Amino acid sequence: MNTFHPERAAAFAGNVAHAHWHDTALWFVRVKRDRAAASVPEWEKLRDTAAGIKAHTLSRLADYLEEFEANARKNGIQVHWARDAAEHNRIVGEILERHGVKLVAKSKSMLTEECGLNPYLEARGIEIVDTDLGERIVQLAGEPPSHIVMPAIHRKKEEIGELFHEKLGTPSGLSDPKVLTEAARQHLRRKFLGAQAGLSGVNFAIAETGGIVVVTNEGNADMGTSLPPLHVASMGVEKVIPRLGDLGIFLRLLARSATGQPLSTYTTHFHGPIRGGELHVVVVDNGRSDILGRETFRRSLSCIRCGACLNTCPVYRRSGGYSYSYLIPGPIGSVLGPQRDASAHASLPFASSLCGSCSDVCPVKIDLHHELLALRGDIAGRGILPWSKRASMRVGSFVLRHPALYRAAGRMARWALRAFPAAARLGPGAAWSRQRELPPPPRRSFRDLFEEQEREGRP
Amino acid sequence: MAKVGLFIPCYVDQFYPEVGLATCRILRRLGAQVEFPREQTCCGQPMYNSGCADDARPLAERFLRVFSGFDHVVAPSGSCVSMVRLHFRDLLGDRPDLRELAGRTYELCEYLVDVAGVRRVDGEFKGRVGLHRSCHGLRELRLGRSSERMDPPLDKAGRLLSQMRGLELVPLERPDECCGFGGTFAVNEEAVSCLMGKDRIADHERAGAEVIAGYDMSCLMHLDGLLRRERKAIRVMHVAQILDQARLAP
Repeated sequence: MNTFHPERAAAFAGNVAHAHWHDTALWFVRVKRDRAAASVPEWEKLRDTAAGIKAHTLSRLADYLEEFEANARKNGIQVHWARDAAEHNRIVGEILERHGVKLVAKSKSMLTEECGLNPYLEARGIEIVDTDLGERIVQLAGEPPSHIVMPAIHRKKEEIGELFHEKLGTPSGLSDPKVLTEAARQHLRRKFLGAQAGLSGVNFAIAETGGIVVVTNEGNADMGTSLPPLHVASMGVEKVIPRLGDLGIFLRLLARSATGQPLSTYTTHFHGPIRGGELHVVVVDNGRSDILGRETFRRSLSCIRCGACLNTCPVYRRSGGYSYSYLIPGPIGSVLGPQRDASAHASLPFASSLCGSCSDVCPVKIDLHHELLALRGDIAGRGILPWSKRASMRVGSFVLRHPALYRAAGRMARWALRAFPAAARLGPGAAWSRQRELPPPPRRSFRDLFEEQEREGRP
Repeated sequence: MAKVGLFIPCYVDQFYPEVGLATCRILRRLGAQVEFPREQTCCGQPMYNSGCADDARPLAERFLRVFSGFDHVVAPSGSCVSMVRLHFRDLLGDRPDLRELAGRTYELCEYLVDVAGVRRVDGEFKGRVGLHRSCHGLRELRLGRSSERMDPPLDKAGRLLSQMRGLELVPLERPDECCGFGGTFAVNEEAVSCLMGKDRIADHERAGAEVIAGYDMSCLMHLDGLLRRERKAIRVMHVAQILDQARLAP
């Protein structure tokens, strides 16, 4: 039985003060998002349009990818295709080794996290420095990101002060965000100047122009890819959009959904290498074609990684990013993870109250909570549901198919709860009763009372 | 006279008979010919939400059979109605008889506003009430506009309740955050479920609510369980129990 999420969630939520701090920090971002979305009168129309463009693109993904490749080559971009994570890492590694690169500056990319690029390059003697501030913090701490947009959201500023003291040699006891940011800036500046290559992700690849677009708030992707002559950008196959004209729709939705900003600070278009340099784009499948082939889950490939579903998720806010077994936490990760490995991530589709807030907040209208529901069926179908749950559902279904049996069972259960109230805390009632009371069991059910009234001729 | 099939969810039948009776009285006072088909048990949502579609399917089949022959089917639960309206088709496929059933099955507030055309609520209920907008009614049935969406405002339950004399609807900091019940989620993820519930209660407390009202007794059962364990004075009430004290008119 996979209890990954409930166990870690209980540990996180058990520290109530910390869980509330985490909840409040993320709710603040959700409220900012609400204000930003409300400022756009056509918000819901934008969402519909974005969802439509994504659905269309996914319906002829191969065509748009080939169009992108052809136009990118015309721009002097070298395009590589990677079937999986291993192929991606090998391609990136070979490009870097060919250029004798020893230090690379990387801007934020969940795809390179997915592929495990950092450890791969480090094993080959290449130092890789994450240049997004949050990414750098978790890299220094030796942790994975706990959020896809705010990787270090789980860390308080005092903890970051201690981490910087230990790793960067700043004075002990710092907690002023401005001072800490300046320290990181000075540290990263040296790395930027020393790097022989820049790595980045890709937010959007435009088939029509053969260009790629990278969005950041810190300008780290610009700095990291403009100083050295070599830029390697990694993108999942789902990042392509048909036309330049489509881009504005996504940009308007992305920053508002992610952080409540009207637009990210830097939106950089790359349409070729810098003079005398090289620009490589590695297009990665790594399981995405399998998702594309499953009609129920195809829409999850529309994700633009804004993180709004994490910020709004009442479970994520109270269980933290590390309670999820997949590297992308929250609702979207709980949809993507089990499609890679149903058994390893079997607890994730159940780590949701199915409240649907994620689906309503999603800028590209991925039906996240219904996909989670469908994945529960997928997991049960694979026979990896815990035996006890499977059995209780089977028994429940049997009883509920027989009204007389249901009625008798209900009467007996209510009697037992009245006669032995302590029994509520045993067996299946234990988890309910740890912090909650069961409802007081009435002597008679609705149907008993209704029948009595009918007999007596009372309406 | 419209023939209404009363759909009383299993846990309401067993634990909250007074909610079923209040619903029945409201519908009869509006002139509906209300019947309670004895063969009904459960819509199968607990099984379906656990991934056990094979165990849920026969219950959906039964439901379809038991509730054929009514002009409308009405339930005091947004969640169970959303199961019938949106998810039975996952179990039974897109069938004409199901489409027809889905089209005439309503949650109570929805029925009152959209079918019975209730505009005036003439009654008294003294107290400060916090409305818990349960997720399935809100985001599956669209009984109101969820806070994530930027559509025109809509709040069917709130509009009915706010007309009661003496009833003050208190504003919540988070108007529609989930209470953490979530069916089997309440026990699978007990820690997060209870923290979500306590946070919801705290929001109502800060707003000065004396009563937490809602259109789904399952969420209220969870909140009430937490309230009673902590011996708090706030009560929970189903919307039907409040509207039962009023005269409803178009």
